[in-house]
Amino acid sequence: MSEHIIRVMVAKPGLDGHDRGARVLARCFRDAGFEVIYTGCHQTPEQIAAAAIQEDVDVVGLSCLSGAHRYLFPAVVEQLRQRGADDIDVVGGGIIPDQDFQFLYDAGLKALFTPGEKLDDIVEWFRQNVKKRD
Amino acid sequence: MVDKVKKIQSGDVRSASRLIRHIEDNVAEARSTMKDIFPLTGHSHVVGLTGPPGAGKSTLVDGLIDAFRKMGRTVGVIAVDPTSPFTGGAILGDRIRMQRHAEDPGVFVRSVATRGALGGLSRAVGDAIHIMDVMGKDVILVETVGTGQQEVDIMHYAHTVLVVLIPGMGDDIQAIKAGILEIASIFVINKAEREGSSKLRRELVTMLNMAPESAFPGGWRPPILKCDNAFEPSGFSQSVSDLALSINEHYEHLVSKSLIGNWSARKAATEFNEAIRCAILDPVLNDLMANGELDAMIGRLVNKETDPYTLAEEIATRYLKKMT
Amino acid sequence: MYFSKEVLESSSRMRQKWEDEVKKVIAKGPDQKPRWSTVSDLEIKRLYGPEDIQHMDFEQDIGYPGQFPFIRGNQPTGYRGKYWTFRMFSGMGNAKTTNERWHMLLREGQTGLSTAFDFPTLMGYDTDSPKARGECGKCGVAIDTLDDFMQLVDGIPMDQVTTSMTINPPATVLWAMYCAAAELKGIPLTKIGGTIQNDMLKEFIAQKTLMCPPDPSVKLVSDTVEFGAKHVPRWNTISISGYHIREAGATAVQELAFTLRDGMEYVEDVIRRKGLHVDAFAPRLSFFFNSHSDFFEEIAKLRAARRIWAKAMRDRYKSQDQRSWWMRFHTQTAGCSLTAQQPYNNVIRTATQALAAVLGGTQSLHTNSLDEVLCLPSDHAVQIALRTQQIIAEETGVANTIDPLAGSYFVESLTNELEEKAWEYIHKIDDMGGMVAAIEKGYPQLEIADAAYHFQKQIDAGEKIMVGINKYVSAEPSPIPLVEIDDTVEIEQIKSLEAVRRKRDDKAVKRSLEDIKNACKKGDNVMPHCIEAVKNFASVQEICDVYREVYGEYRDPGLY
Ligand SMILES: Nc1nc2c(ncn2[C@@H]2O[C@H](COP(=O)(O)OP(=O)(O)OP(=O)(O)O)[C@@H](O)[C@H]2O)c(=O)[nH]1
Ligand SMILES: [Mg+2]
Repeated sequence: MSEHIIRVMVAKPGLDGHDRGARVLARCFRDAGFEVIYTGCHQTPEQIAAAAIQEDVDVVGLSCLSGAHRYLFPAVVEQLRQRGADDIDVVGGGIIPDQDFQFLYDAGLKALFTPGEKLDDIVEWFRQNVKKRD
Repeated sequence: MVDKVKKIQSGDVRSASRLIRHIEDNVAEARSTMKDIFPLTGHSHVVGLTGPPGAGKSTLVDGLIDAFRKMGRTVGVIAVDPTSPFTGGAILGDRIRMQRHAEDPGVFVRSVATRGALGGLSRAVGDAIHIMDVMGKDVILVETVGTGQQEVDIMHYAHTVLVVLIPGMGDDIQAIKAGILEIASIFVINKAEREGSSKLRRELVTMLNMAPESAFPGGWRPPILKCDNAFEPSGFSQSVSDLALSINEHYEHLVSKSLIGNWSARKAATEFNEAIRCAILDPVLNDLMANGELDAMIGRLVNKETDPYTLAEEIATRYLKKMT
Repeated sequence: MYFSKEVLESSSRMRQKWEDEVKKVIAKGPDQKPRWSTVSDLEIKRLYGPEDIQHMDFEQDIGYPGQFPFIRGNQPTGYRGKYWTFRMFSGMGNAKTTNERWHMLLREGQTGLSTAFDFPTLMGYDTDSPKARGECGKCGVAIDTLDDFMQLVDGIPMDQVTTSMTINPPATVLWAMYCAAAELKGIPLTKIGGTIQNDMLKEFIAQKTLMCPPDPSVKLVSDTVEFGAKHVPRWNTISISGYHIREAGATAVQELAFTLRDGMEYVEDVIRRKGLHVDAFAPRLSFFFNSHSDFFEEIAKLRAARRIWAKAMRDRYKSQDQRSWWMRFHTQTAGCSLTAQQPYNNVIRTATQALAAVLGGTQSLHTNSLDEVLCLPSDHAVQIALRTQQIIAEETGVANTIDPLAGSYFVESLTNELEEKAWEYIHKIDDMGGMVAAIEKGYPQLEIADAAYHFQKQIDAGEKIMVGINKYVSAEPSPIPLVEIDDTVEIEQIKSLEAVRRKRDDKAVKRSLEDIKNACKKGDNVMPHCIEAVKNFASVQEICDVYREVYGEYRDPGLY
């Protein structure tokens, strides 16, 4: 019997170390029955993309509170694409002003979550959007 | 199909990691791919690391990756972490310690969750080892928490087993699975800067002295290596490269004493056990689960209407006609 | 005994009657919720009375301002002599922009400066490092060399204004720049005053601005403490910070306990490593707390902090000098309590949090701007935040009398409870072998992670309320103008760094970096060598790379 378990990477790109949100999410995903690979803070987009492929995750969740999301989030998408892994979805969270949303969606992010989002809603998004792949 | 295998043989990480995923997820085609993979294996030196939670195993793996890469060897890592029995989810945290190697194309780190209680863990790990082997990784490091039988089983896949201990665990040597001590090729005293490291060493020496000579195949007496504080870069990297040399020495010992054959037999037996279980037990249980019989049977057991032995015999008779 | 027998007897009698009344009312209609607790989930009773504080010893537990245990404040005159310092944290883009903001703030009546650095500077990287891509000037000012620093302090009277610098792993370097800048302007080191945050323990615990492993990190901190004690007497060399611990999701008790235990760790390290007497440096230790939304919990926390520190200094470290017993602290209102939704509500949050800080007796205060949750604060938002403090000081009357909440059954009882729970943590960490050992075990990190997760679950379940998030949600966006740092800042900054590199004396740079390396290896104080190196225009990263090389690089252990 095949048993698909959602695998997620929670990653913190860039130099900011405010990992409260990332760690709360990692726990929340575990409690939702996902397998979570947490990278820790201070990762480069290259490191994140390489790790996501090695771990064959369904989604990479990025958290950034430093304001550098406009550079870092698209860079992760781009690194995945360069490595032939554009089927791995990238979502982002953190302090992201409304006016950056379109820019980030255009850059290939699949969803953006900002403070105040309910954990259950985030989990639900993953359940709805993660597709089984072959 | 063959295409997939070719890609893996050429070292393609995407195909390899996807295949491992499918094995974990129990996707049927994955098993048939493994049939093509199996004959190609036999290249890698498989090194298991086990020891109590928080002993510093992942930190050591991180150091060993460095040491083996400096020797010009490619490295695969399989890091096993427990699945939460309550939610079925897991946070796979070993990778964090090794993340600085993420971009090195000569290194492939894969985290694996223990998943269900039905076993299958050691099959997934065994297959992952085969896959990394066929990718051409020279050394494959397998990290598990040394607490359960499943983890002991996994160590049967390793040529060389490091048992990682830390000072100040009290009488915990006793508490560590006897099975693990038996399969140790090298003992590592980690966080050796801490109080109690000499005491731990003495205890290990005493334990080894008490063992009969037959416990040391080919005369290999497991060395006890101390590993300096991971927070002091120069001392730590020295300790780790000594450890890497000792690991190599052990492999040469296996080869020179023609012990690889014994090892292969032990591994084959474990693997075969797993495969049989997977081929027989899983479908039976799945079948019983799917038609609801399993629940009914458990209900009967709870009410003491029957006993597990009779019931199991009934199942065996039904599914394994030949045996009875 | 604090109350006469008669008072307690009559209280007990009247309490019985009141409880009966309560039962009757509840029978008709229950309370709005079954359990009432602080934002940290500390359960609060419906009512507090004399019996809750009857065991207090007036002399030992309360006393008078300027007297042990200093719960009522360090200063005998309270805020009458001087209000707290209005100190707004600021920094953005390059040194020039930040310098302009500083001049604006001084004109507006701010009484102290406070520097926010950008992430590359905070982490000890230069703007042109690959790790720094996209970060330059985003969350603070970018400083690479003394050249930038001279621009930063241009026109600032360094002998009159005190400056606080929020800088941790590279604290030796940035402080060396401040010292060098003063010397170049002809101001002796004895005349400058200010604070460097320089609290590495809380970085491991909470904020993850990491560079070297815990032990050598604390060594560098001790170097600055020693250097300050000998040469820069008006400088606070550590600002032992609970702020970030709280922002990472800690409870009030955890903030209190971990911060004070960090302080004790530094005291022990300086005594052990530098052989200084506690009173030679302890008076220059300062603290930095968060002021969160739960009004009384915060007031109690700040009062308890002063009492714990006084006891620890007097009894644990046998300090003789009262100035060592004083806990002097800066407070910042809680960034994590602000919401991007309905951002103008943040003005109200900040105001009540600031009021709590003042009633808790803070000596210095930063009030967050309403837009800080979204971006760097705009001039207008900063002005509102500053005015909030000025209104509290000048209009509300709360500064008229000292520690006005002392003697309140509730406040005293809550203060005691927080102190008691904090000591439990402190003793537990003692048993682990101190804070460095506890951090290596991941103990405080995981305690905080548990609390953060618990709080988030409570928010999701509606057990705790954040207005605009899980109650009184409004669909309408409330657009506010945002400040953005555009990418040309990064390009310009890299250009000017390259220019400095071209014109400086490379041999001198190399020599002074070599000196720092030797000092690190020998265990000597690095500060004099850092001052020399920055004067030769060695960059922040060049010096930090020396530390990384000698002491090793510490990566986030990623505990969850
Ligand atoms: N003091 C000291 N701490 C160490 C040393 N090696 C590792 N650690 C720390 O010990 C903790 C656990 O290290 P890991 O490498 O994650 O241990 P592990 O055995 O892989 O842990 P699990 O996978 O959770 O069982 C981390 O905080 C390390 O930083 C050492 O030599 N000395
Ligand atoms: Mg591990």
